[in-house]
Amino acid sequence: MSLNRKYIPIVVTILLFIVMFTAGSFRYTGFFSLQVLMNLLIDNAFLLITAVGMSFVILSGGIDLSVGSVIALSTMVSAGLVQQQGWPPAVVIPLVLLMGAVFGTLMGAMIHYFAIQPFIVTLAGMFLARGLCYVISIDTITIDHSFYTAMAQTRIPLPGGSFLSISAVIALLAVAAAIFTAHYTRFGRNVYALGGNEQSSLLMGLPVARTKVLVYTLSGFCSALAGVVFTFYMLSGYGLHAVGFELDTIAAVVIGGTLLTGGVGYVLGTFFGVLIQGVIQTIISFEGTLSSWWTKIVIGLLLFIFILLQRVLSSRRLTVKE
Amino acid sequence: MSPFMKHHLFWPLCVLAALLLFNLCYSPDFFSITIHDGHLYGSLIDILNFGAPLILVAIGMTLVVATKGIDLSVGSIVAISGAIACLRISSGADQNSMGLILGSVLLAVLLSLVLGAWNGLLVSGAGIQPIIATLILMVAGRGIAQLITGGQIITVTSSNYAYIGSGSLAALPFSIFVVALVLMIALLLTRRTALGLFIESVGCNPAASSMSGIRAHWVILSVYVFCGVCAGIAGLLLSSNVSSADGNNAGLWYELDAILAVVIGGTSLNGGRFYLTGTVIGALIIQTLTTTIYMIGVPPEITLVVKAFVVLAVCLIQSDAFRAAIAARWKSRHYPAEKEMGRHVS
Repeated sequence: MSLNRKYIPIVVTILLFIVMFTAGSFRYTGFFSLQVLMNLLIDNAFLLITAVGMSFVILSGGIDLSVGSVIALSTMVSAGLVQQQGWPPAVVIPLVLLMGAVFGTLMGAMIHYFAIQPFIVTLAGMFLARGLCYVISIDTITIDHSFYTAMAQTRIPLPGGSFLSISAVIALLAVAAAIFTAHYTRFGRNVYALGGNEQSSLLMGLPVARTKVLVYTLSGFCSALAGVVFTFYMLSGYGLHAVGFELDTIAAVVIGGTLLTGGVGYVLGTFFGVLIQGVIQTIISFEGTLSSWWTKIVIGLLLFIFILLQRVLSSRRLTVKE
Repeated sequence: MSPFMKHHLFWPLCVLAALLLFNLCYSPDFFSITIHDGHLYGSLIDILNFGAPLILVAIGMTLVVATKGIDLSVGSIVAISGAIACLRISSGADQNSMGLILGSVLLAVLLSLVLGAWNGLLVSGAGIQPIIATLILMVAGRGIAQLITGGQIITVTSSNYAYIGSGSLAALPFSIFVVALVLMIALLLTRRTALGLFIESVGCNPAASSMSGIRAHWVILSVYVFCGVCAGIAGLLLSSNVSSADGNNAGLWYELDAILAVVIGGTSLNGGRFYLTGTVIGALIIQTLTTTIYMIGVPPEITLVVKAFVVLAVCLIQSDAFRAAIAARWKSRHYPAEKEMGRHVS
C-alpha cells in the first residue's frame, strides 16, 4: 500500500497521538478511559477553537500573534459587561464575538492594504488587546451570573458513563465547520491558493484581498469564541488570562502537520495537534513528580521533530520534481 | 524632500526628540543630572542604564533581521544565561570570589553561544524558516530556564556580580560601557570589514550570494551566534542588576521589544539593509517611552495600549503602500490595476 506523500505528516501526528495515549494507558492505572479522552476535549476546548482559526491564517501564509490577548480581552469584556454593568449574556456574547471579528478585520485590512508584515501588525494587535484589558480593570472580575455557571457545570452524558461539557461540544462543532470550510467551499480553496503563491492566485483572478482580510476576521472571531468558552471554563475575566497562548496555538498547528510557509496542511491535523499537547499535560499530571516546565521542553522537542520531518519531506518532493 | 529628511535616522531621531521634548515640557528637571558620591544620577542616565539590555539584544537582532531572519528565542536565552550564572554563583562557597564570577559569566556566555549556534544550524544547515526554527528554542528555552532555577527565583549576594548590572565606572553605569563595547565591535566588524556587505547580500538573495562566492551558510550561522551571545550578555546585565534570576519572567517579551526597536530603527524585516545606530535609537525610544509613561502617571497597565499605537504609527510611516495612499489623495490620476499589481509584486 503506498501512501500519498501529502498525508504523511498528518498520519504521523495521528499515530503519535495513539502511541502516546497507549503508552500512558499501560503506564498509569485509570488512564485508559473514555473520560480521560473526553477531558482532553473539555480542558482544551478553547485551545482547539483558537487553533482552528490559526490554521486558516497559517494556511494562507500569515501568522496571528494576537489570539491570546483577544481571548483575554473577550473574558474581560464579558465579565465587565455582565458583572459590572448587568447586561444580559444574550447581548454580551454576540457583542464579544463581533468585537473579535472586527478586531481581526482591522488587522487583516492593515496587513493587506498597507503591505505591512502580519507578524508586526498582529504584534501591535496583541499589545493593544492586552492593554485594553487593563483599561477595563487591572483586577480579576469573577462572574457569578447564573447563565455562565450553568454553562460551566452542565454535563452532557455520553454512553459509557462519561460526559462532555458544552464548551467541548462548541469546540467540536467549530472543528467540523472548519473542516467543511477548508475543503468544501470556495473560500477554503482560495485560502490554500493564497498560501501556495499569492502572486499566482492574483493572476488567476482569485479575490486575494477579500480572502486575506477574511482569514484574519475568522481568526479574530475564533479567538473571541475561544474567549467566551474560556469564560465558561474560568468563570472570570482577567487581563493575564492566556498569556503566551499564541505560542501554544502555533505549536499545535505545526505539530498538526501544517506547513508554516502556507498552503499545506489540514484542520484535522490541528485537531490532533491540540490533543497531543493535551496528552502531554495529562501524562505529566499523572506522573505527579514531573514539573510543569517539562511540558514546554517536550513541546519544544516535538516541534523540532515535526519541523525537521516536514523539511525532509518537502525537500524530497523537490528532488523528485527535478 | 531634502536629502536631510531622507536620511535613515531622520524619523527615528524626530520621534526620540519629540519624546524628550515632551518630557522636558512635562517636568522641567527631566534633563538635570546630579552627582552623588561620584555617580551620576538623573532620568537620562536611568534610561541608558535600564535600556542597556534591550539595546544589546536589539543589536544582535539587527544583524539577524538583516539576513532576512528573525530570532524569537532571545527572551529565553536572556532567562537561561541569567539563570545559569546565578545558579553557579549561588552554589559557590565564596560568592564574591572573582574567579567564580568570571567563570560563571564565561559559562553563561558560552551557553548562549551554543544556543545561538543551535538556532543558526537549524536555519542555515537544516534550512528551516527562521521564525519557526527559533520558535522551538523560545518554547523549550523558557522550560530549560525554569529547569535550571527549579521554578524558583535564585538570589545571589555577591556585590562583585551586582557590579556588572548596577555598578558604575567613571561616574557612568558600567552597563553603558558593555553596550558601547558590543556596539563598537559590531560596527567595526560590519562597517570596516566586508562582513556587513556579506550580511546584506545574503539578506537580499542567499542563492545569488552563494554563487558569487560568499559562504552564505557561515554568514547566517555567525549572525545567529552573535545574536545569542548578545542576548546572553543582556541576561547577565539584567540578572546582576536585580541580583537574582527568574526563569519565568526574566526577558519575557524581550524578543518583541527587540524586533520593535529594529523596525523603528529603519531596518526592514525583508532583509538586505541594516542600521545599527538606528536600532540603538529605536531601543532608546522604547525605553524613553516606558519611562515617560511611568513619569506622567498613566497607569503602567496602559503602557501596552500606547505601545501598540506607537508600533502601528511607525509601521504605517514606513509602509510604502500607506505613503502612496496618502500621496494619491492629492493626485488626480489613478491606475487601479497598476496599484493592485504593485502591491503584490514589490
